[in-house]
Amino acid sequence: MPGLNTAPNIANADDFYAALLALHEGHSKEESDAINARLILILANHIGDGEILKQALEAARKDMP
Amino acid sequence: MGKIFETPLYPYERSPDQDAGVPVRHPVVVIGAGPIGLGAAIDLAQQDIPVVVLDDNDKVSFGSRAICFAKRPLEILDRLGCGQPMVDKGEVWNTGKVFFDERQVYAFDLLAEEGHKRPAFINLQQYYFEEYMIHRLRELQAQGKPVELRGGNKVSAIGQHDDHVTLEIDTPEGPYNIEADWLIACDGANSPTRKMLGLDFVGRVFEDNFLIADVIMEADFPTERWFWFDPPFNRGQSALLHKQPDNVWRIDFQIGWDIERDEELKPENIDKRLRAMLGEDIRYELEWSSIYTFQCRRMEEFRKGRVLFAGDAAHQVSPFGARGANSGLQDTDNLAWKLKLVIEGKAPEALLDTYSAERVYGADENILNSTRSTDFITPKSEISRIFRNAVLDLAEEYEFARPLVNSGRLSVPCIYDGSALNGPDAPDLPRRTRTGAPAVDAPLADGWLIDRLGDRFQLLAINCEAPDVVEEGGIAIETLHLSATPEIVERYLGDAESAVYLLRPDQHVAARWTAFDEGAIRAALKTATAQGDA
Ligand SMILES: Cc1cc2nc3c(=O)[nH]c(=O)nc-3n(C[C@H](O)[C@H](O)[C@H](O)COP(=O)(O)OP(=O)(O)OC[C@H]3O[C@@H](n4cnc5c(N)ncnc54)[C@H](O)[C@@H]3O)c2cc1C
Repeated sequence: MPGLNTAPNIANADDFYAALLALHEGHSKEESDAINARLILILANHIGDGEILKQALEAARKDMP
Repeated sequence: MGKIFETPLYPYERSPDQDAGVPVRHPVVVIGAGPIGLGAAIDLAQQDIPVVVLDDNDKVSFGSRAICFAKRPLEILDRLGCGQPMVDKGEVWNTGKVFFDERQVYAFDLLAEEGHKRPAFINLQQYYFEEYMIHRLRELQAQGKPVELRGGNKVSAIGQHDDHVTLEIDTPEGPYNIEADWLIACDGANSPTRKMLGLDFVGRVFEDNFLIADVIMEADFPTERWFWFDPPFNRGQSALLHKQPDNVWRIDFQIGWDIERDEELKPENIDKRLRAMLGEDIRYELEWSSIYTFQCRRMEEFRKGRVLFAGDAAHQVSPFGARGANSGLQDTDNLAWKLKLVIEGKAPEALLDTYSAERVYGADENILNSTRSTDFITPKSEISRIFRNAVLDLAEEYEFARPLVNSGRLSVPCIYDGSALNGPDAPDLPRRTRTGAPAVDAPLADGWLIDRLGDRFQLLAINCEAPDVVEEGGIAIETLHLSATPEIVERYLGDAESAVYLLRPDQHVAARWTAFDEGAIRAALKTATAQGDA
């Protein structure tokens, strides 16, 4: 079943993680919040598929109610 | 000052009912002469069902209130015989612009499709809207149609019985009583009828206030809907500018929850806001101003025995999306033909329960849309504001973010998917005219399709034979043969060879097939009038 890919999928994980932190470097909490929100919207649009997005929202919720 | 909304249009006059020994019984009484009560009365009267309208006032809406009227209600108003003066007077508009901070982030076009009699939207002051409806009601009276409008008649008590309702009415000359076989309560969001019957009105109040100012000014802004998020002249809040006829401009300022109402409404304080927005040197006259808190609520059911609720009395939405009056007119459009068939003994009372079911469905759609708009315009939490601003930030540069911007999802017609009155659907035919949908207009050789529809059951026959009339249980179905013009093909036929549509008196599709089958049509008519064997 095509669904949310939760297997490792980023070719160079350490590079991506460093780039994510670099994106936020030197920014206030408020600016970082804005960056994160924009990033989520950009990625969500790229995924597009409603079912996968739903699974991603659920995965992000973890065990919170 | 001679404004139409300051002129008594139906002043109190003594009715013979007030001197009757026993309360006079009327087939239908409507409470409220707002747009929805007038719509109900015109619809019934022009179909010869006697109706009495009671209103405690004698004038049209004070100030404008509603300004945007959508295509579907305009089509309903055409059926009621008063769409033309509204469209003639109204301002047609197609473009909306959204601003964030100091920048324009995006413009949208309503992309009005060609080949329709009516535009997507017009702007018209609610007082004109009601005035033209009153003209139509007077015209019907002049033709001898059975309709009465009693101003200065305030309903003060209602008694419910199995087969009728009793009403106590206060007038300047004292109280009197009447009876009604059926009562339609169109007495607005604070509906005294609802309260007198002890019925709930559940929903949400949004903790925010909006200052609405209608100003008369010579200005060269285009006829476009301009919406600002967080503009320099109203920091942290929103604002709206929209044109109405006679150089009247609607301006809304979101002003937050903790306000001093009386202070905000002082003309000098409104003046400060207007000059900050439009420039220090503007010249204008303030026509009307008011402060609103928006709410989204509805009754659980719109029928309670012999009492039927319609318009704001039954459901209330925030104005973003222009869904108040526009949806109320769809209520009475749905109700009038059903009530007529029940009164004439051609359909069971159960048909009126489907009024409630279909319009509750419509109200939920409107409440969902206007709740979402309000949540976007008035973010409830820090994180919802962060996302809202992120959407607006991205919308300027990236097309993908524009559909997420929500400054009001404008009223679209309700499609009664899943209604108990729906007969079969033919999935090969175009989706937009599926069973439950309102008919989609199209040009004909000699006029418009929409003008040929309504007030009776009809068959649309495209590329096939059908008898002129099919009669079932005292209800006649008239056939309209349509040629397969490009618009008819696109809107009704698709890739099929032929198509047959059964339309209800409110122009909604009751069932459709790809070939004529008389037995199936008879069965669908029974289903559409709540006489199915379910
Ligand atoms: C700022 C604002 C902007 C809006 N913009 C839009 C828009 O752009 N498009 C849109 O479609 N809608 C809009 N609306 C909503 C629209 O104004 C309402 O949905 C509409 O007026 C509802 O009509 P109604 O006939 O149900 O009720 P009302 O217009 O409230 O009429 C109720 C009538 O009942 C009468 N009445 C009450 N009690 C009694 C009694 N006891 N006895 C006798 N009579 C009684 C009252 O006098 C009144 O005449 C807007 C509303 C506001 C406030």
